[in-house]
Amino acid sequence: MAFKIIVCAKQVPDTNVIKINPKTGTLIREGVPSILNHDDANALEEALKIKDQYPDTHITVITMGPPQANDLLFECIAMGADDGILVSDRAVGGSDTWATSNTLEAAVRKVGDFDLLWCGRQAIDGDTAQVGPQLAEKLGVPQVTYVQEFELDKDMKTITVKRQMEDGYELIKLQTPCMLTAIKELNSPRYMYMSGIFADKTMKTWNAKDIEVDLNTVGLEASPTNVFRSFTPAPKGKGIVITGDTEKEIADNLLVNLKEKQVI
Amino acid sequence: MNFQLTKEQEFVRKMVREFATNEVEPLAADIDKEHRFPEETVEKMAKYGMMGIPFPTEYGGAGGDEVSYAITVEELSRVCASTGVIVSAHTSLCCWPIYAYGTEEQKKEFLPDLLSGKKLGAFGLTEPNAGTDAAGQQTRAVLDGDEWVLNGAKCFITNGGYADTFVVAAMTDKKKGNHGISVFIVSKTDKGFSIGKTEDKMGIHASSTTELIFQDCRIPKDRLLGEVDGGFKIAMNTLDGGRIGIASQALGIAQGAFDVTVDYMNARKQFGKKLSQFQALQFEMADLKTRIEAARLLVYKAAFTEDQGQDYSEAAAMAKLYAAETAMAVTTKCVQYHGGYGYTADYPVERMMRDAKITEIYEGTSEVQRMVIAGKTFKK
Amino acid sequence: MAIEIIKEKCTGCGLCFKACPYDAFEFEPYDGNKLGRVCKVNAKCSFCNQCLTACKFGAIKEVQTGETADLSDYKHIWVFAEQRKGKLMNVALELIGEGHRLANEISADTQVCAVLVGNKIDHLAAECFAYGADKVIMIQDPLLEQYTTDGYTKVITDAIHEMKPEIVLYGATHIGRDLAPRIAARCNTGLTADCTRLDVKVSSYIEFAKKKTTLDISTLDPEDTSTGIKQTRPAFGGNLMATIICPNTRPQMSTVRPGVMQKREKVEGATGEIVTYKPTIAKSDIHIDVVDVVKSAKELVSLTDADIICSGGRGLGDASGFKLIQEFADKVGGVVGSSRAAVDAGWIDQSHQVGQTGTTVKPKIYFACGISGAIQHLAGMQTSDYIVAINKDADCPMMEVADFCIVGDLYKVIPQIIAEWDKAEDLHDAATRKEA
Repeated sequence: MAFKIIVCAKQVPDTNVIKINPKTGTLIREGVPSILNHDDANALEEALKIKDQYPDTHITVITMGPPQANDLLFECIAMGADDGILVSDRAVGGSDTWATSNTLEAAVRKVGDFDLLWCGRQAIDGDTAQVGPQLAEKLGVPQVTYVQEFELDKDMKTITVKRQMEDGYELIKLQTPCMLTAIKELNSPRYMYMSGIFADKTMKTWNAKDIEVDLNTVGLEASPTNVFRSFTPAPKGKGIVITGDTEKEIADNLLVNLKEKQVI
Repeated sequence: MNFQLTKEQEFVRKMVREFATNEVEPLAADIDKEHRFPEETVEKMAKYGMMGIPFPTEYGGAGGDEVSYAITVEELSRVCASTGVIVSAHTSLCCWPIYAYGTEEQKKEFLPDLLSGKKLGAFGLTEPNAGTDAAGQQTRAVLDGDEWVLNGAKCFITNGGYADTFVVAAMTDKKKGNHGISVFIVSKTDKGFSIGKTEDKMGIHASSTTELIFQDCRIPKDRLLGEVDGGFKIAMNTLDGGRIGIASQALGIAQGAFDVTVDYMNARKQFGKKLSQFQALQFEMADLKTRIEAARLLVYKAAFTEDQGQDYSEAAAMAKLYAAETAMAVTTKCVQYHGGYGYTADYPVERMMRDAKITEIYEGTSEVQRMVIAGKTFKK
Repeated sequence: MAIEIIKEKCTGCGLCFKACPYDAFEFEPYDGNKLGRVCKVNAKCSFCNQCLTACKFGAIKEVQTGETADLSDYKHIWVFAEQRKGKLMNVALELIGEGHRLANEISADTQVCAVLVGNKIDHLAAECFAYGADKVIMIQDPLLEQYTTDGYTKVITDAIHEMKPEIVLYGATHIGRDLAPRIAARCNTGLTADCTRLDVKVSSYIEFAKKKTTLDISTLDPEDTSTGIKQTRPAFGGNLMATIICPNTRPQMSTVRPGVMQKREKVEGATGEIVTYKPTIAKSDIHIDVVDVVKSAKELVSLTDADIICSGGRGLGDASGFKLIQEFADKVGGVVGSSRAAVDAGWIDQSHQVGQTGTTVKPKIYFACGISGAIQHLAGMQTSDYIVAINKDADCPMMEVADFCIVGDLYKVIPQIIAEWDKAEDLHDAATRKEA
């Protein structure tokens, strides 16, 4: 029987390109491309590596978002995933992580049994790192987050991973099915294959009805958290330029200033 | 009329842009300096199917189109023109004639390895006394039993030093001039075949340009491509396609030089202002941008015409002529806007200007392109 | 909540398009104004409220939806007092300190409870009390000796169900960020990740907004007496700040960035109530096997705890520049940090990286040496008390955020600072005398 992997991925604005308009204090979104979230690309790459080794592996990518998120499925399939599902519905718009995990849970259940569920650690637009664990909780499978190294035993059941910690790692063994979240240290994601770009692709779009999700558990209304206010960080006032005729004088002036502020 | 790229073409650009940024750009300055052919890059491009884009999957191609191929060469050349021409010469000048004129047996024998990038291809037409004037060929092929015997030499052959498979033109009937030329598939390992000297060029340093030498080079009879004495048409049609590749390379060089110059103008301050704040420079850049876009339309139009199965000979000549002269003009200006720094190898525009020059010369000089276009104009 | 356009007020000018980070506005035809169109909110809206103050015509409003549940059963603030191998994480103490500030804003009888989970960790209660915990909830079992998601989730969730805290705070560590979402999902409540600021009273939120943000506070009511927690966190790679509320479910949960909140002054010998919670946990509850815990061989960089950080970036020119930075750090008693550019260049290990993808730091002094100040880097160090920028480029973004700017060659300036460092006191005295 084929080894089944589901990868959850998100299309995000490239936050490296986003700038703030200094006059209005608003985000400049123009020309900011939508990209496959970095950690999710690592998650997909690890799934693809399993498929490289065991060609009988089937990889399904699930994403949630507006219709344009189909581009993400296109990219993932061009990289080597077998098929993709976009969950897109106005009813799930404005979901927080709890409501998002309810939606994804329903989609994963509709896809069916899996051996591995891969997510990225976090998305660069929200940086919450919550959806993976919350999805695992809803699906009732164990999780390991911050996976920096992964190994699948020949029995196709036992998994050994290294979980990154602030000052080292934990070596963990567990059994499939389970949910793992990938970090950038795990691997280097491949590019799309030319043949993958031109090949026919299996991409489905499901709405809330298709995944039979309880509408009272998804979308903005059901989300336990709401955005109260949002704003751009305040730019600090201009600092003091330390000058001097020599480097020694500059150093002295700096130290006088720091002493003045009682920080040294 | 629809100027929109297809979804596939857009993703080809995205893929090659990422690939070029991560894998090609970091090497570009070094391989230029070292005159080193980037074998590791070719291996990576092969892995991702970039060596067989506009060919059907049944022969191991990517199943893509000519416009996607043009975009690929453009995006590679945007950061490294040498890498761009490796793909262009391989695809247009070697894979294409085998695909277009080969027998089913020849296609099955040669294309899978070429299109998957396991083998690299090159094209041998030019000789010391015969460039685009193919009738001056001195390399001869004589049928001896079941073998063709080739004698002579080719020069300025792109990919020469690293190719495995060569599409080579030779005279089979000197009296008939152009109509006495035949085309053959020669393998690097064929007896009597060797690589001559490597050229020391002004630009595209990382591309391998060599002589090919045939000394009683014996190849099986079935390596003849197309008909005996029917090679002129193959060679000319091959060059038509090659011109789209070189036009794409020129387009990429122009765009690359333009992009780094925009960055430079945003960073560089003179007389208390950023360069980008001088209106004279702004207007100059606006003109260059317009010119590049005009070149792009001609290049894509030529590729699109080929995709439509229509005659693209004139469209390819126009694209090549205009894109090459654009590349030269744009890079020259961009070096100028960099000032003294632009003349040093610290900034990529120096390399780009040297690389741009060749696009006005190979696969038919600008003068030859004008001849083609004029020929189409006044023929009737 | 939802965003609504008041069509009668909308002029169709499209100003809101620019304010929206999500591209969620479009036009629809409308007969009632000159342009013949009004703005419309589409499915991309994430309800960030950025547009509320962008409309010059008051045509955008926020619509409250949903009913309020009875949440009065939930009381007190819990702090997950994360410990590893019997040692408390610094962030736990910071959270106890922050918990105090919040408790005072809620009510006089709101307590700060440190939740200790592990095995043989009785000794940690005293430390929690010393840093200001009113109460310690002790959850111990041999199966809890090593952190596992399954084990910790089970016992903490059980305790939450039984004791009903109003707020639960976790450090946003690799453990906190693994555990908190799992607990929040099991409790079906909200969780806000990586908070850098917490407020209860609207008035204190307004104070914060006035001082530190660009937020238009005209839409906030200082008399508002609601006691829901307002959790402020960076999003969009630090380009946008969002304040999140959790109005209808309890407990309210946040993970909080280490190094952001203030510890209280340590009071030796302080005591409080210890509640022993007997967990129901069996081996079968835990589905993973932690085979080994390995400390990486590389030196432990405690950027979060450092008072002074000497950070180097691309401007160092090459890897050897970090020798000077190390020398600088040794002299001033600081820790070596770096920009992402220096890490990417392979000059220094990633563990030194400060910024959005690295460590967030808040030292007393941050020396940015040859760091131009990409937005991602600024996101991780902008809240430092004092920033000193040393760079050749007077116009780099770091100079904009720096309190003290030195335009010059860091290889000439830093050795002088090192040489003069010990004389600071005298230099200062001399300078003051001169002024007088």
